[in-house]
Amino acid sequence: MSAKKIVLRGRKVVGGCAEGEALVTKETISGWGGIDPMTGTVIETHHELHGVSFRDRVLVFPGAKGSSGWSNAFHMTRLAGTAPKAMVFNRMNTKIALGAVVTHAPTVTDLDQDPLAVVETGDWVRVDGDRGIVEVTKKR
Amino acid sequence: MRLTSDEQAMLDGAGGPARQKAMDLLVRYAEALGAEAFVDTNNVAGVPGSSTLFLKNYYQQHAGQSDYEAIYSLYDLDADEIVAVPRANAYCCHLQGGMDPDNWAELGMTEEAHAHFQQDEAQVAARGIQILKTCTPYLAGNLPVKGQHCAWMESSAVVFCNSVLGARTNTEGRESTSAATLTGKIPDWGLHRVECRYGTYHIEVGVPVTSVMDWGLLGYFIGYAVEENIPVVSGHVSQPDLIRHKHFGAAAASSGGVEMYHIVGITPEAATPEMAFGPHKPVATIGYGQADRQQMYDRLNSVGHDPHVDYVMLGCPHASIEQMWEVAKLLEGKKIHGGCRLWVFTSRSVKTIADLNGYTRVIQDAGGLVMTDTCSAISRAVPKGTKVVALDSAKQAHYLPAMVGVEAWFGSTEDCIQAALNGRWNGGLR
Repeated sequence: MSAKKIVLRGRKVVGGCAEGEALVTKETISGWGGIDPMTGTVIETHHELHGVSFRDRVLVFPGAKGSSGWSNAFHMTRLAGTAPKAMVFNRMNTKIALGAVVTHAPTVTDLDQDPLAVVETGDWVRVDGDRGIVEVTKKR
Repeated sequence: MRLTSDEQAMLDGAGGPARQKAMDLLVRYAEALGAEAFVDTNNVAGVPGSSTLFLKNYYQQHAGQSDYEAIYSLYDLDADEIVAVPRANAYCCHLQGGMDPDNWAELGMTEEAHAHFQQDEAQVAARGIQILKTCTPYLAGNLPVKGQHCAWMESSAVVFCNSVLGARTNTEGRESTSAATLTGKIPDWGLHRVECRYGTYHIEVGVPVTSVMDWGLLGYFIGYAVEENIPVVSGHVSQPDLIRHKHFGAAAASSGGVEMYHIVGITPEAATPEMAFGPHKPVATIGYGQADRQQMYDRLNSVGHDPHVDYVMLGCPHASIEQMWEVAKLLEGKKIHGGCRLWVFTSRSVKTIADLNGYTRVIQDAGGLVMTDTCSAISRAVPKGTKVVALDSAKQAHYLPAMVGVEAWFGSTEDCIQAALNGRWNGGLR
């Protein structure tokens, strides 16, 4: 019995391929002040991922919000070894574009289906940044 | 994307290796955005090459070198090798940093960290980057005008730049501003383009918004309501001054990601609702009433339980000279409670005037401290043993408790000063 596989097609933000277990949130993420780069953990007080680490996960989220320190905060996660494996998001802005570039994590946006509706936390996700393809293997 | 001949030349290395690395990063960034071209900018606000001990240690360990040029190359420009960093090409100012130049020990900084701070500052000055060291560059010597293309970071400054001044900038980051400093280029995307500056959401204010605290609450509400869209505010608002714009924008940029707002009849691109919305019809009209006001107040006070306040922080965004004057008036001839500390943060240029006017002395005589360059959230520094803080800034109240693990009360500047004098929180929504 093979697991159910779904393929989403979108646009390259950062090239490269990576795969891992998905961490999905329907809430935008703050960088500076919203995450602790040393642990890769969301620290924003009212966030649904409060206390959860995205380290080595494929982060699937609506987009970036908050301080202009977004890129710096995610850049630091790369140095600290706590960065997400890959990123998939919906709404483009300067924070996430720059943040994804300096995090060096394969990243895709503008997908033909809403990744927040398709991907659930725990699914296995492969992101091919260069081809803009996201392959989702459902956990169930 | 389309590159002009000077952009292509820089990318090919004609401007030297640092500008080549800077263009390479800007092209990767612009392509990630989906931008098709760059705009020229001669007004950059960033933190070029500034380091933390973490960065110093990291690059010492991984690159064998951790001086200014190493960090500018490997971190700011995301380059694969260390290059010589020339003088700035574009007019650039340095935003806030990690410590006060005099009271760094009070902030818990080590001698080693302070030595790095001084070395970095000398490197910044040597490259012709203005040492404004503030989140309010527009109060310290960098005041862009309507229509000017800028490349600024610091979300509260970005929203002020676009909304109040009518200049044009996206929320840039450390790496893009450092690259723009060397190249004078930034992606032509988002708020640089007229068609992206029109409002999309209508906020109808149904309760009077007059005080600084109320402007903070309204901004905090709008950030949650519109996220990073552009609100057009009308209704029961009275004419805001600089302090109110500053608090409003900072709050909206923190709870959402508001980079630009219009207030009908007040901000420069919103003389009329038609002008503010341009070709758009509002996606939604959102009311702001008494229940919303109460909800925002409660939300900002949700991590306040213990009424014993041991730290009051003012100056987020950095205090204007008018605010220094007000704080001095409230403290004159009084003494701060023995169990409480008061720190007021501002820019070096405003502090110079506060010194001349005697405000710094009044605040010190009361037992408080005036500091520049930084704030508690940026430096992650509160007085030793702090458990409960009082804040008059929705932005600081949004960030600080989670960053340093303290309880926080939010209220008016007067409520905060009262807390400093009595050691107890007695604020409220009046």
